[in-house]
Amino acid sequence: MNAAARGLVVAAGLVALWQAVVWLTGAPPYILPGPARVAETWFARLDTIVANGLVTLAEILLGLALGTLVGALTATTIGYFRPARRWLLPVLVVSQAIPVFALAPLLTLWLGYGMASKVAMATLIIYFPVTAGFLDGLNRTEPGWLDLARTMTAGRPRARLAILRHIRIPAALPALASGLRVATAVAPIGAVVGEWVGSSAGLGYLMLHANGRMQTDLMFAALLTLALIALALYFAVDAGLRRALPWVPERQAPVEPS
Amino acid sequence: MVQVATEISRKKRNDADGDAAAPGAVGVRLESASLDYDGRPLFRDIEVTLEAGGFTCLLGPSGVGKSSLLRCLAGLAPLGPGSRLSCDDGGELAGRAAYMDQRDLLLPWLSVLGNVTLGARLRGTAADRARAFELLDRVGLGDHADTRPAALSGGMRQRVALARTLMEDRPVVLMDEPFSALDTLTRHRLQELAAELLRGRTVLMVTHDPMEALRLGHRIHVMAGRPAHLDGALTMPSPPPRDQTAEDVLEHYRELMERLRRAMEATP
Repeated sequence: MNAAARGLVVAAGLVALWQAVVWLTGAPPYILPGPARVAETWFARLDTIVANGLVTLAEILLGLALGTLVGALTATTIGYFRPARRWLLPVLVVSQAIPVFALAPLLTLWLGYGMASKVAMATLIIYFPVTAGFLDGLNRTEPGWLDLARTMTAGRPRARLAILRHIRIPAALPALASGLRVATAVAPIGAVVGEWVGSSAGLGYLMLHANGRMQTDLMFAALLTLALIALALYFAVDAGLRRALPWVPERQAPVEPS
Repeated sequence: MVQVATEISRKKRNDADGDAAAPGAVGVRLESASLDYDGRPLFRDIEVTLEAGGFTCLLGPSGVGKSSLLRCLAGLAPLGPGSRLSCDDGGELAGRAAYMDQRDLLLPWLSVLGNVTLGARLRGTAADRARAFELLDRVGLGDHADTRPAALSGGMRQRVALARTLMEDRPVVLMDEPFSALDTLTRHRLQELAAELLRGRTVLMVTHDPMEALRLGHRIHVMAGRPAHLDGALTMPSPPPRDQTAEDVLEHYRELMERLRRAMEATP
């Protein structure tokens, strides 16, 4: 049975479990709607769901792009410039010490109810995993490669930059990829939390309003759509990274005698 | 502490097999060198001479400082104050030595060709692809130019490393146990290949295998003691690579083993 079939079986199992819980608890539909009811609502309100879904997706993607860009730049700067390490590292640590969700109302106040505040939230939540991952990779370059490179560039100007560009950065890409995978998993959280605090569109906004009107089935439909988007995004990013880094083995190869 | 002054020689050696030092061969001399490791002196006032165009082998017990000495020559470790490193043509050694390690140090994201031309890439110059292909052919990997290192065996990867070292085209080549991680047959083949391809260059090879030294080296030193010193060179005038059963190899094998035994006793 291949992975897709297995995924379908798991999904079907979860749906069955869900239906079982509804039957066993006898909960009313405004507390826990059953899968059939949610599916019905999903199709009935498809246009709204799709429209809001696209907004949230756009926020996530923009946040990913921006967070990755700024994160990669920060890590490269810290990894290359010694003084930068002393000044930027504390900033990096502080950026994670403050719970990002606590900043959400502030961002909405500054950037408004539109997409900007949500993109900012997603960016903030992505920034640390990406930066930390990439920086770790840059700092752990195989010393043998650095030795070899130093003998090849001895006495030349800009040797350090060449070594950064041709050895340290490519060597750190797998670590960046790890950080990016984590970032992809948490990005939706940033977008949705931003929407909950104050928004005019998006799946989080939809969920909030459906909840307010006791339209729990619509809330579930929006939630499941969000889960689907997050899942699809993760697999897409993972596949993309594996194609972009073809030399990285799936598993660490065992050390074997030549 | 014994300071042994080794002879300064810049003579070009010629013999029937045309094993002459290449024109422009550079001799290297290290004097009064000291290095500490972990707060303890590794060597003090040590002297090493690499004969121009000659193959010098360095043996000794583990931990005596052979690799450290080689790394100092490669510019990878700083020598203590008072150390004097000079080349007999007056130039600097930095930038004129190629380095080869026990590990192949091939970058996994580059192809074999990319790895061989790594030096040019790092220095921002155009790589001489024709020459790279020629070198790959000479090490027997002409068909694998586009392969990634992960698909090659250990012996093949070390051959790529050898091609990369030759691509650098440096007068001095520093090798740290380059073949010790390979199986016996592959090691023998690579030893012969290296002897052939490095002919005429000034080579320093650190090895723990006395037979390897006797097969490849013109001059063999044993490093011993703490702080370490070098003994006088055991010279082998015949052109390398020599057969294991060659007369001079067998003749000197016992002496070399004896020196090594004494070195092990002298080094705590």
